[in-house]
Amino acid sequence: MAVRASGQPVRVSQYRLSVAPEEWGRVAEEAAHVGLRWGGLWAEDRDARIELTVVLEQCGIYLMVRTRTTDLAPSVASHTAYYPAAGRFERRLTDLFGITFRGQADSRRWIRHLAWSENEFPLRKAYSLVGHDGAAVRPDSGYPFLEAQGAGVYEIPVGPIHAGIIEPGHFRFQAVGESILNLEVRLGYVHKGIEKTAEGRDPDGLARLAGRVSGDATVAHTWAACMAMERAAGIEVPVRALALRAILAERERISNHLGDIGSICGDVGFAFGQYQFGRLRERCLRLHAELFGHRLAMDTVVPGGVQPDLPTDGAHRLLEDGIELRQELEELNAILSENSSLQDRWCMTGILPTETARMLGVLGYVARASGVDFDLRRDVPYAPYDTLKVRVPIATVGDVAARVRVRQEEIDVALGLIDELVSVLPGGPCRVPWSVPASDAEGLGCVEGWRGEHLAYVRFGPDNTIARYYPRDPSVFNWQALEKLIIGNIVPDFPVCNKSLNGSYSGHDL
Amino acid sequence: MFRLLNKIHRVGGVSEPLVQESGGLAFEAVGARLREAVGQRFRGSLAIREVDAGSCNGCELEIHALNNVYYSIERYGIHFVASPRHADLLLVTGPVSRHMQAALLSAYVAMPEPKLVLAIGNCGADGGEFGTSYASCGAVQNVIPVDGIIRGCPPTPLALMRGILSLIDRKTPG
Ligand code: SF4
Repeated sequence: MAVRASGQPVRVSQYRLSVAPEEWGRVAEEAAHVGLRWGGLWAEDRDARIELTVVLEQCGIYLMVRTRTTDLAPSVASHTAYYPAAGRFERRLTDLFGITFRGQADSRRWIRHLAWSENEFPLRKAYSLVGHDGAAVRPDSGYPFLEAQGAGVYEIPVGPIHAGIIEPGHFRFQAVGESILNLEVRLGYVHKGIEKTAEGRDPDGLARLAGRVSGDATVAHTWAACMAMERAAGIEVPVRALALRAILAERERISNHLGDIGSICGDVGFAFGQYQFGRLRERCLRLHAELFGHRLAMDTVVPGGVQPDLPTDGAHRLLEDGIELRQELEELNAILSENSSLQDRWCMTGILPTETARMLGVLGYVARASGVDFDLRRDVPYAPYDTLKVRVPIATVGDVAARVRVRQEEIDVALGLIDELVSVLPGGPCRVPWSVPASDAEGLGCVEGWRGEHLAYVRFGPDNTIARYYPRDPSVFNWQALEKLIIGNIVPDFPVCNKSLNGSYSGHDL
Repeated sequence: MFRLLNKIHRVGGVSEPLVQESGGLAFEAVGARLREAVGQRFRGSLAIREVDAGSCNGCELEIHALNNVYYSIERYGIHFVASPRHADLLLVTGPVSRHMQAALLSAYVAMPEPKLVLAIGNCGADGGEFGTSYASCGAVQNVIPVDGIIRGCPPTPLALMRGILSLIDRKTPG
């Protein structure tokens, strides 16, 4: 790891390790033994042999462990005995590649509904992008949900289409009276083949796609994908662009937190909060449109930098906006915290204990509200955060109130970071020309988005084309937390619990 | 409580004609025309069911924004309903993922006649960045009949309002 005199990015420590397929299970065993965090798993079909890569992390050091199997339908040991959250990643790979994971407690299909058969594996290279079956897909009514038994237990199926203007997914509640005994989340409804669609694109095309993995986290996903591509191509992003990327990412954090806090108020009937915070979010988006040319700042992070550059009065506008927003929030946060009926709905609702959060590898504010003190901006300081002091708000209770409080404080931290970034904004270009990476060059991008850690893996093929792209949205872990924190809560509190966590369906389903 | 009331008083109403976009009706004008059109052709009440059929959620954020205090679309007689059975108009986002194909179809079938459908966003229009694939049906009109398209990635709240207005103008007898 080295800080270059030019102020160029600090190389995040990333190590690679290859193991034999027979050793795959031991990787998890050893990793668990020394307390590494399990951060994601992907596969690739390379010349009709499956290559598997798992990401492990500790103290800001990422370890990519890889195994190259000898065929297209290998069988390797599951990591679920040591890392329960690995299950959904593995089931996904079974559905998309035909890999068998031995020793899973749950081997039901996960991402596959009925759009392709169990003998087809869309992410194998030989499988065509357009698929094989153009017929209308039947409703997936045969998924083997856990069934409730016992006197007075009833089930509530919800979705895929929910009541509000939100993404689709299915929730299966089992309840007694108003109390939730169990929740099973079934996702995959918005699986739209992002990984396959990425193959063969050029860097600009991949950045555009990455910006649409999850629209609400467009900056985070694009930054992670660009970081991965830039690492693969050995491109040094100009310091001005790095500062602008961080400004965009912090603005994305602020606008999402504002919108969500409003909705969390709305979900318990506190219309005042919903409208006030919604108003502040809208103000944010309007400023984005003015400064960055897009309300959500889509397509502003590009390979090699940022576009467009900040307008000349941009720095001033951001500082001014920060001052106003702080004033507004000071008033509003006080109103929220002194409203006892509101706090009564939030406190001790939807508790995620620290051990559960750790066991599931939960990320972002959901983890931090449950006492898991991790934030890449401080712990894996990529540029420009390596030159900034990032305060990381933590709570321990892990209830809805704690998640709201952490998010309120994160807005404050983000505003401080923007002030700092803007006041010492470096000059120079905001984008450098692209240089074509060697075939087979690969990179891992790691970014702290507003939801938490985003990973993006990119491997280039020949002629500047993408051979493999895998974006790991923090939601994959956080969705699993929802099933745990909801147990024992009442059915009417589900919306507020869900919103306080706010997983992305699209980011999960890909 | 005093603080809360004070804040409400000081913020006041912010639902106002703030947006001025080039090349189209400004916010105020769109709003006025919408109210008139909804008044005449839907007896003052247009019910919309929104279905995310595979979107990246960006379009949802902007449709959601229609309900914030700036746009406050309910004042024009437009409201979002939970059931397609109560809806006059279906807003569909996304490239339609193949896993949502059946659900979208049943929502469409559940709507009472006469039904209107708007495909939202570049994805709803033609599949957008995702196109058509083993997992994506692409455009909404590949799955259900569509009466209009509102492009954009995502379309802004104002573009959504304009699109709804132009659909009403075109599709319903004046
Ligand atoms: S049109 Fe754009 S914002 Fe809307 S769903 Fe498609 S990619 Fe997302």
